[in-house]
Amino acid sequence: MAILKKAKRQKAKGRLRQPVPLDRDASVRYLPLLVAIMVYLAALALAGAFSMNKLAERWDSGLTGALTLQVPAETAAAADGPALDALVTALAGLPGVLAVEPMAREEMTDLLEPWLGETVAAGDLPLPRIVAITIDPANPPDLEALRGRAAELAPGSQLDDHQRWLARLLDLTRAVEIMAAVVVVLVILAACIMVAFVTRMGLAAHDRAIELLHLIGAQDSYVARQFQNHALSLGLRGGLLGFLCALPTLYLARFLLQRIDSGLLPELSLRPLEWALLILLPVAAALVTMLTARVTVLRTLARMP
Amino acid sequence: MLRYGDGPEILKRISLQFDPGSYHFLVGASGAGKSSLLRMMYLAQHPSAGRVALFGRDIAGPSRSETALMRRRIGVVFQDFRLLDHLTARENVALPLHISGQAGARSAKDVEELLTWVGLADHMDALPPTLSGGQKQRVAIARAVIGRPSLLLADEPTGNLDDRMAVRLLYLFEELNKIGTTVVIATHNESLVERFRHPVTRLRDGEAVDLAPGAARPESPRAGNG
Repeated sequence: MAILKKAKRQKAKGRLRQPVPLDRDASVRYLPLLVAIMVYLAALALAGAFSMNKLAERWDSGLTGALTLQVPAETAAAADGPALDALVTALAGLPGVLAVEPMAREEMTDLLEPWLGETVAAGDLPLPRIVAITIDPANPPDLEALRGRAAELAPGSQLDDHQRWLARLLDLTRAVEIMAAVVVVLVILAACIMVAFVTRMGLAAHDRAIELLHLIGAQDSYVARQFQNHALSLGLRGGLLGFLCALPTLYLARFLLQRIDSGLLPELSLRPLEWALLILLPVAAALVTMLTARVTVLRTLARMP
Repeated sequence: MLRYGDGPEILKRISLQFDPGSYHFLVGASGAGKSSLLRMMYLAQHPSAGRVALFGRDIAGPSRSETALMRRRIGVVFQDFRLLDHLTARENVALPLHISGQAGARSAKDVEELLTWVGLADHMDALPPTLSGGQKQRVAIARAVIGRPSLLLADEPTGNLDDRMAVRLLYLFEELNKIGTTVVIATHNESLVERFRHPVTRLRDGEAVDLAPGAARPESPRAGNG
């Protein structure tokens, strides 16, 4: 009865139903699910890569233009007093230096107390003095001159421009981005193999109908169109399902990361362009599915007599 | 010559030419090679040896795309009907028009008229599994002629029909023949053949052994609509 009703609807619309009845195949049930899983994994991989990229940018921008001078505890300049003032004045006077600000002892004590206990608060532990130096990134100072001036006024002090640490961080984020790209490529590859397999099954299951279409004058492209339209529909359906499933996962990850509230961890807040790329995933999945089906059909038919 | 795989020769030393606009019967017992000859003519099979030409072209030459275009000029009534079970009678008949990009309101009217003519006005939206053998055969015939083919090949087109309907359909083929379609009908119903004054070619054990007066010309290198 359902078939008759559908036929009547088609007649009313004046259209012919698909001559190859692919909508009754098992692929209708499981292909969208498999595509959904692929899109879900790809969405998580991409979102992870975007977040790592943003974390690197944040650290980079936070640290570019910032230097840290570590003055040994045994040096006079480590304590508040004229030696420290002289150091600050000397460094602030160098070209390219915007500000020189020694970290207050209480501030350092507060930072270290959770790890080192009350010994720090009691002042029993000799602590080096940290001096934050803000430089003009557009007109940076001569680091060697700065390092020499600091060593002159505070022997044994160490100047850290964070570049080594930043380089390692950038290596890490690049590696994560490459891994995400590899995951996406593997997902696409797996989707292609799966769609090709499903399409071949469809070709085998409907060989009689396909032979008939050929015998009454159908071009290979006509047969391929049946399969590609079917695959496009299933791919789009699966892609949307996968994307919709990825959304709550991303929000959950974002919530958990925000709860930790650490500057060291990435944030999962995506930019509009990144959201656009994620939203395009279902469309891309549908297109990959459609093209794979088309190529598989055309290649298989070309080998037929 | 035609053989399937390593099997015996199905057709041997056949040399026939069907002139454009002619009407032929192919007769012979079951297994004589009628269907195999038609299969080569509707481009489902290439000869194992020898040459088959259609519309002036060797069938071994054209590309897949050109072969498809040649097939659009051929209407075929298959012995086993080959209807698509999920399409209605109307959709099955409209299929060649859909494939050749001629589907439209006018063609839909043609389909209805043709189905009415073959006595299926009340079964246009029926699915093939719900039709009788004779009704399926008429749908298959309507599908073969809807595109007004240059060459009509029919393999036992009246096998499931009563005599009255069989004669009616053969007259339909005559009408098509009058407007230029070459018609080749394979049948073992010789009593029906005798009612029509058309050339008869008899096949026996894969050879054309008996040619009635006016039959397809022998000793020609081609079998097809020249």
